[in-house]
Formats: sequence, structure tokens, C-alpha cells
Amino acid sequence: MAFLEINGLRKRFGQVEILKGIDLELEKGGFLVLVGPSGCGKSTLLNTIAGLETITSGEIRIDDRAVNDLHPSKRDIAMVFQSYALYPNMTVAGNISFGMEMRGVPADERQKAIDKVAKVLQIGHLLQRKPSQLSGGQRQRVAMGRALVRDPKLFLFDEPLSNLDAKLRVDMRIEIKRLHATTGTTIVYVTHDQIEAMTLATKIAVMRDGEVQQFGTPAEIYNNPANVFVADFMGSPAMNLIPATIGGDGSGMAVVLDREARQPITLPMTNAPAGLSAFKGKPVIFGVRPEALTDPEGAERNASHIATADCHIEVVEPAGSDTFAVTNLGGKGVVARLRADANIQPGTSTPLAFNLTKAVFFDPATENRIR
Amino acid sequence: MSTMAAPVRQVSGGVNVKIVNRVVIYGLLALFALFYLMPLFVMLVTSFKTMNEIQNGNMLSLPKAPTFDPWLKAWGETCVGLTCAGIKGYFWNSIKMVVPAVLISTMLGALNGYVLTKWRFRGATLVFGLMLFACFIPFQSVLLPMATILGSLGRLGVSLQNSVGTSFGLGNPTVNLVFVHVVYGIGFTTLFFRNYYEAFPTELVKAAQVDGASFFQIFRRIMLPNSMPIFVVTVIYQFTNIWNDFLFASAYAGTGDSMPMTVALNNVVNTSTGVVEYNVNMAAAMIAALPTLLVYVLAGRYFVRGLMAGAVKG
Repeated sequence: MAFLEINGLRKRFGQVEILKGIDLELEKGGFLVLVGPSGCGKSTLLNTIAGLETITSGEIRIDDRAVNDLHPSKRDIAMVFQSYALYPNMTVAGNISFGMEMRGVPADERQKAIDKVAKVLQIGHLLQRKPSQLSGGQRQRVAMGRALVRDPKLFLFDEPLSNLDAKLRVDMRIEIKRLHATTGTTIVYVTHDQIEAMTLATKIAVMRDGEVQQFGTPAEIYNNPANVFVADFMGSPAMNLIPATIGGDGSGMAVVLDREARQPITLPMTNAPAGLSAFKGKPVIFGVRPEALTDPEGAERNASHIATADCHIEVVEPAGSDTFAVTNLGGKGVVARLRADANIQPGTSTPLAFNLTKAVFFDPATENRIR
Repeated sequence: MSTMAAPVRQVSGGVNVKIVNRVVIYGLLALFALFYLMPLFVMLVTSFKTMNEIQNGNMLSLPKAPTFDPWLKAWGETCVGLTCAGIKGYFWNSIKMVVPAVLISTMLGALNGYVLTKWRFRGATLVFGLMLFACFIPFQSVLLPMATILGSLGRLGVSLQNSVGTSFGLGNPTVNLVFVHVVYGIGFTTLFFRNYYEAFPTELVKAAQVDGASFFQIFRRIMLPNSMPIFVVTVIYQFTNIWNDFLFASAYAGTGDSMPMTVALNNVVNTSTGVVEYNVNMAAAMIAALPTLLVYVLAGRYFVRGLMAGAVKG
């Protein structure tokens, strides 16, 4: 029995359907990240879980209790908002204890709870300050403190890190992960940042246009994307999605990649997915992540199936830890990730190793994965 | 722009032109300031002169022997109509009317703004549009219908008095004026607060909802404490308007003991028993103007700040 269950949830504003039948579930202590581009409905979904938005149809269950019609304060949840939403007229202590005050918790118990949370988040010295006197990171901590102090069944985070600068964001990300590990709370977290999604989640739901495109563990989402959208959205640099044709004779198959003014590259396939045989002689989208397209020396040693082909390098981008090389395949710029010390020059041809074990194929018509 | 203008000025020998420009600008400003301050100056100096000096002296000259007597007379002795007990009673009448009217209309405006922005309901925009419309209704067109309504309320008050033993203030001229000013003021106060709350972060309200605060708890603990600028603007605006109102005051409380300051001041000036006491009239007018001046001085800087905040963010 899942701890958080969402069944067939729909949300309509007038004629516009924002959420088109969402089914999700999360085990106790899990960390669910809702990720997607802006306007995909992820924040609306979070608000419906919180009870700040009504739902048109479907069901939300928290700890085996339907909460559809419960007021937000009765759902035993706590929420951290994008703008932190700290009450400007109250001190940090006042902010943290406001919810307890509203529920009629006696003053001495409130004080104890404040002290405990302040210790966990190391904000003890800030308790008497007003939110306007805090830095961005400190406000973030206070906002988390306000959520933590309730000790709720479910934590909801609405893009909590998007207002912080890049460095602080990484620090706070680690902090949230540590908090999750130490307290073992159940969290639903909304972000448009796929790196946050990958690093924090135990389960990811990739959303687009009010629908869940794929729901699974970070590894499943990353290695086995269900369609072109998920493949493209998750991962940085993004997966190379190369227009290709399936060639080959008899039982053997090969991926044929066109090149401008050069011979096409043919990569023989030995482990083609079963569905691919139906596409013989037809166009497909060949997906290969930059780290699966590398110099032969840097290729993964235990990968069972590697094909090497000479590629014309157009641009070289040394990024310190890695070197990215751009070549043109199938009419598109394709990024390969090489070792930092790889000796390549733009304008020359160099052999690149395609790790076909990690390659994926999509139907260009439906954009769905060919399995 | 300045880098382009500088060489041109040098060619035309512009340092003098610049000075002349400044002189003209500041000269005009000083002239306008003088023009506006002159009546106040005349009022002030006249109110401290004796009648003798007023009749023989220059209107603009400073009082030779400043005296507080006209002020004391205006406050405690001058005749308003037939009663000669000064304007102090009417001053308190105005206070008794203005304070509740300002507070009630401001609180209702805040509540309206809160509901219209944070608890949007179907037709909220239409309701707001209609309330906005109330700002454009001319006073004169309300006079007669309002008189009818106040008359009915007065009769209700009488029958309540007879049956229950208390009229609940219905029919009392001061209560009537409070009612009229609250009704007329709601349009403006709602406009002020709605525009302010429109820019007020909705996430704060959501956070308070998750924290378990009720509708009125959110209003009292979150919205009101963070509305100081617009609160001051509204109070100043309402206070000035209601205190200075003459039309409603003379129409609904134009006679008797409950007339407000503005009507009483008019009666002071119109009371013709022998010589016109300009010094007393001026002192009475100054006393009538003092509360609004005081409100501006105490809260004026919030006024500009609050108007700006509403204008930029709204």
C-alpha cells in the first residue's frame, strides 16, 4: 500500500484541462520529484495535493486516507514555497510557530519545538530577526524550519531552490538530501531543473501538458526514456537524437547515419530491440547520450557492444573535466563526450566509439520508444 | 544626452543661459508657492490681530500686539446661529462622526480588497467594477435618495425605541452621517486596498492556509500587519474628505446640536450680529482646518510612499 496515492486526477479551469488524468504513487519515506517545463501542470498538481486547488475528478490518498475534500491544514502536510512565503511582519520564531499557534499548541511546547528545529537547521541565532533581515539561504532554511516543525506526514516543496544563486543552490540541494536521509520523511518536490530531479529523487515523474510522460526511478528515466520528450528533457548535455535509417541484410541490422557530403556511417547492431525489425529500411530516431559517444580509449570497458566510426569533428569544447566534441550526423550537431586530455582538433576526422548497449530508438511518427 | 548637449552650450556661451533658466524656474516656483500660501498667511496673521488693527491696518502686515483672544472666543464664545457657546461642541461633533466613519470604511475596504484579490469568486471582477463605479457617482445625485433612506431608518429607530426601548442610534444625525460617509467611502477604500492586495504575494495566504489559519485569522495576522502604507493612505484620504464634507453635513445634520464643524463654521461666518469679527472667523477656520493638517504632518510621508507603492506594483 503506497503512502501517497493519486488516482485518475483531473483538473479543469473552465474549458482548459490542466491535469489530464494523473496516476502516481509513492512509498513511505520516498522522494517524488515532479519535473517538467513551465506550464506542464507540475505546480498545479502539487497545489491539489496540498489542497490549495480543488480537483475536478480523481482521488488523492495520503496514508490510506482520502483527502480530496479536506482543508489544507487538515491534510497533515507542510509546504515550502518558491518565494519562501515567510510572513514579513513576524520574527523567524513567529514564522516557525505560527502554524502551532493556529492549532492551539501551548506556548512552552511551541518554544521547545522551535528550539529543536532551530538546532537541526542551525538557525538559532536568527530566531529574533525579521525575514527582511535574512539572506536568501537563511530564508530558505527558515521556510524549511516552518515545514519541519509540524512533523507532517508529507512535505511539499514548490521549486524551493529556484530563487537562489547557483552555488547556494547546490549547497541547499545537498542539505535537502541530507535532511531527507536523516529524518526519513516523505517528500513531493516540484522543479524544472532536471539535475535537481536526478540527484534528489527516489522516484521521478516527468510531466508535459498535464500528463505524466514517464514515472520511474531516476536510473529508469535516464537510461530507459519512454519517449523523445523524456530523453531530451533529462540529462545535460542533452541526449543526441539523430535521424537515422535501419539498414542491414537478412537477420543482421545496422543503423545508417547520413552525413553531409560524406559516406554515411553504418553501425552494425547485434543487440537490436525486438521492435526494431519492423523498421527495416525505415527512418527512426537514434538516441545516444554524449557519454555513450566517446573516443575509443575512453569507451566503457565492460560495454558489450561498441561500434567505432570515423567522424568529422567540427567544434571542440574543453570543459575542464571533459572535452565535448561536436560532429554532424544525420543533419544535426551531435555532441560526444571525450576524456579531458583527448587529443583532437576541429576540422579533422577522428574515430568515435558508439556504445550501442546504451543506445535507444524512437519512432519518428509517434516519438515513442521502440522496444 | 548630457554629453551631446554640453558642447552646444559652450558654443552659445551658455553658462549665463543656464543661470537665467534656473532663476526663471525657481522664481516661478516661488511665485506659485507664495500664491498658494498667501491665504493661509492672511488667515494666520488676521486671527492674531485685534479688530481695531484689522479695520485700520494692512491685511498683510504682521500683528503688532499678537493676541490669542480671537482663538479663545472662536473656541468658546462665538455665536453659531442663535447659540453663543463657541465652536468647541461642533468640533467634537465632527470628531465623533469622522473617527468611526473613517475606521469603519477603511476596515470594510480592507476586507473587500482581501476578498476580491485572495478569495476570488465568480463575478469578482464585476463586483469590483461596480464598486469602482461608486467612486464616480456625484454627491448631489445621492442627496435625495439618501434622505429618503435616512428618513426610513429614522422611522425604524422610532418604532424600535417604542417597542424595544432603544433606537440603536437610528435617526441620530451623527449616526446618519457616519452611515452616509461609510457607504460613500467604500468604493474608494476598496479601490485602494484591492490594488494594494493585488500585488500582495498570494503564497503568503497559501502558507497561512496550510498553517491552519482561518479566513479572518489570515486577514488579521497576515494581511493587515503588512498593509501599513495603504492603510495610512486610506485613512488620510477618508479623514480629509469626511472632515471637509459640507454637502452631506448640511443636508442631513444642518441644524441643531449635532451639526459638524464645517456647517458650524459656515454659520459662524453667516451670523450677522453687528460688526463682522474677521479675527474670530479666521481663528475658527484655522481650528476647523487643524485636524486635517495634523493628519498630513503626522502621516504625510507614508502618504506619498503608499501611493507610489500602489501605483508601481498595482
